[in-house]
Amino acid sequence: MEFPRGHVANNRFTQLRRTVTNHAATAVAATLSALVVSTLVAIFAYLAIKGATSLNWSFLTQTPKPVGEVGGGMANALIGSVIILLIASVLGLPVGIGAGIYLAEYGQNPLGQAIRFTADVLNGVPSIVIGLVAYGLVVYEQGHFSALAGGVALAIMMIPILARTTEEMLRLVPTAVREAAFGLGIPQWRTTVSITLASARAGIITGIMLAFARVAGETAPLLFTALGNQFWNLSPNQPMAALPLQIYVYANSPYEDWHRQAWAGALLLIIMIVGTTSIVRFVFRQRLGGAR
Amino acid sequence: MATAVEVRDLKAWFGKTEALHGISMSVEANHATAVIGPSGCGKSTFVRCLNRMHETIPEAKAEGEVKIGGMDIYSTPPVDVRRKVGMVFQKPNPFPSMSIYDNVAAGLKLNGTRSRKTLDEVVERSLHQAALWDEVKDVLKKKSGASLSGGQQQRLCIARALAVDPEVLLMDEPASALDPISTAKIEDLIFELKQKLTIVIVTHNMQQASRVAEFTGFFLMGHLVEFDKTEKIFTNPTDKRTEDYITGRFG
Amino acid sequence: MGSSEAPKISLVTTSPKAPAWSRSIFNLDSGFKGLMLVAGITVLGIVGLIIAELLQRSALAWQKFGFHFFTGSAWDPVSGEFGALPFLFGTIVSSILALIIAVPLALAVAVFVTEMCPPLLRKPISFATELLAAIPSIIYGIWAMFILVPLLRGHINPLLVKYLGWTHLFKAPDYGYSMFAAGVVVAIMIIPIISSISREVLAVVPQHQREAALALGATRWEMIRMGVLRNARAGIVGAIILGLGRALGETMAVTLVIGNSPQIAKSLLAPGYTMAAVIANEFNEATDDLYRSALIEIGLALFMVTIVVNILARFMVWSVTRGVPAGARGQ
Repeated sequence: MEFPRGHVANNRFTQLRRTVTNHAATAVAATLSALVVSTLVAIFAYLAIKGATSLNWSFLTQTPKPVGEVGGGMANALIGSVIILLIASVLGLPVGIGAGIYLAEYGQNPLGQAIRFTADVLNGVPSIVIGLVAYGLVVYEQGHFSALAGGVALAIMMIPILARTTEEMLRLVPTAVREAAFGLGIPQWRTTVSITLASARAGIITGIMLAFARVAGETAPLLFTALGNQFWNLSPNQPMAALPLQIYVYANSPYEDWHRQAWAGALLLIIMIVGTTSIVRFVFRQRLGGAR
Repeated sequence: MATAVEVRDLKAWFGKTEALHGISMSVEANHATAVIGPSGCGKSTFVRCLNRMHETIPEAKAEGEVKIGGMDIYSTPPVDVRRKVGMVFQKPNPFPSMSIYDNVAAGLKLNGTRSRKTLDEVVERSLHQAALWDEVKDVLKKKSGASLSGGQQQRLCIARALAVDPEVLLMDEPASALDPISTAKIEDLIFELKQKLTIVIVTHNMQQASRVAEFTGFFLMGHLVEFDKTEKIFTNPTDKRTEDYITGRFG
Repeated sequence: MGSSEAPKISLVTTSPKAPAWSRSIFNLDSGFKGLMLVAGITVLGIVGLIIAELLQRSALAWQKFGFHFFTGSAWDPVSGEFGALPFLFGTIVSSILALIIAVPLALAVAVFVTEMCPPLLRKPISFATELLAAIPSIIYGIWAMFILVPLLRGHINPLLVKYLGWTHLFKAPDYGYSMFAAGVVVAIMIIPIISSISREVLAVVPQHQREAALALGATRWEMIRMGVLRNARAGIVGAIILGLGRALGETMAVTLVIGNSPQIAKSLLAPGYTMAAVIANEFNEATDDLYRSALIEIGLALFMVTIVVNILARFMVWSVTRGVPAGARGQ
């Protein structure tokens, strides 16, 4: 075994190249990251600039004026979004959270794996396809568009999100807590409801609010379910306006005033979404434990 | 030419905690020096300062003078320091996505060596030096670095470190994760390697220290308590604390 | 004391199952579990429902056109001609374009945040990408429509035509509403998901790999390349494919800027159409059952493609973050 020295290529050009490459890589990464962040800033800036002046009390409380007339607001769309979200919750929360409970407490088996996998895959289905399905299930059978159909579509979207976040949050509750409850003679179902769920409450609520924020901004699944409505309507069995839908219709129209209102609606929508998620994360930050 | 390591008043911090309190030591060229001491005494920290790996930890700092072959490592770019001072870690860490060949050649390729002939030669030589050649010569490019046994992986890491021609080889408890047979193989290696390299080996195994190293330094709570010929440390230590550790009263 | 025969009930149990006496006396336990099971199975049922609905309602178009539905390039509802090739083309081209733009940006952010940037910047940048992920498609759509398209039309596209026109990919005339605009806006939309999954994957790479590279004398970038990126390869590919899955299904932002024209053009500056966009745009205008059925068949195709892409992606990400890293399995 010889130990000759000096075979390691040590010329200055190579070392210079390596140093330059190193610095260049950092520079490129930093620049591209700055580009991404500034795109975000650009989007929010324009939303604020274009929408802030139009976001006023009358915008929030009036319904749309007849086509071509200036003024009016999106009050019906706001309420519509809330109603559709409510319908979606009635349908989606029990199923989504129930599925999450099943996965966390009883789901360490092939069936559970299948459900988990399916939920993840469902999360990736384009929302427009969900809209088509809800159309077939509700609109086609009933013969008319409705808020109910919209709620069904959004519920289908909410369920896999809720199932996975609920499962994650429940898994964070230590087994010791459940065992302590059993040790006291509390039956399994009661343990899950009163103790495990209660411990994970903060995380589950966060998951629910995040699911809301996610589906509240969806337009595609409402296009052929709730359809939208220029007028005031509170009945779930009729077409209903929703904020994202209204924004879409207005943006696509040839009227300047509607464009202005579309911006206002967009600003309102983003404030609600970001606001909800931020408040929820902030309020529950200490109790989220190991969650992000 | 293997050179000595000269350490003068080396201090190291983790954030605000001072972990090494002014270490001074002269490591003899072409010999193995063992660094022993109880858990948490700073021996790993010390050795990691010698190739400037300590400062890669966030908020970690080191100060003092360390000269390797006359080169002051704190005024040399870390990249150059680490080419002269190789390191083998406690847990073998070959690159799993590279073949055995590529693992050994990794350091060379970084430094711009392109010639297939040179790479082949150096890879073979390094694997010989690490006593691994016979076991892997047929599967050099077919097997991944991580598909070997623990002992083989560690010898692969040694080969990888040797390929770039270091003057000093730092070994941080290289055999503590290995079985006795692999450990023996590595100790045999150290005997061979120290003829041409300087070796600093951290070990919590005092028998190992007395087997492979001519010199030993005993660390305790960030201080170098005693540094002397291994024989002296283990048979007739000067400091009482050394004696207590050697005889098993603590640690 | 004495001969009292109190039933012995163990109050301390180490098994996580409920005590036997409660299980037999109260059927609520199995009732509760059954209820949760129903909820779980509903998830499976939903997928079944989706497939059933799509298959059923696209049957009409499938019977009429068969496989030629996807090879025909003429989409003319008025005369009853339904060829979906332009939408396949548009979906693929716009998605790939979006990936080409998004991947370098997303990976740059991921690498920068995990390996390079000062700790102070980490939270703000992650927060920014999270915010980008929270913006709904319609908002991206109107921003793109009112801000991006004029910007492209006025400043960027002329440059593209001038300097890259030789590739035949950028040709005048250009109205701004184009495949290119769609590609850009979808790119912005998929950056967050590619970036955040890549970051997870990078963070899982063990520290000892980084140390191994550094100890050999690697520069920081070389350490990232050799010790981190190489190990995270599979996961990053998975993240990219997940991004692709998202891009394929993007609807609102695309339909507002792509021009909605069912043509197959070579120039990226020409208007186009995607599967999702045509459904969004034309479903409510569809006047007869065949038209609607054709659109639903497009929806079925979109569904199948995104399912396959998503499964592939999740498998790759899972193999790195959950299981043993692919390389260490000794291949």
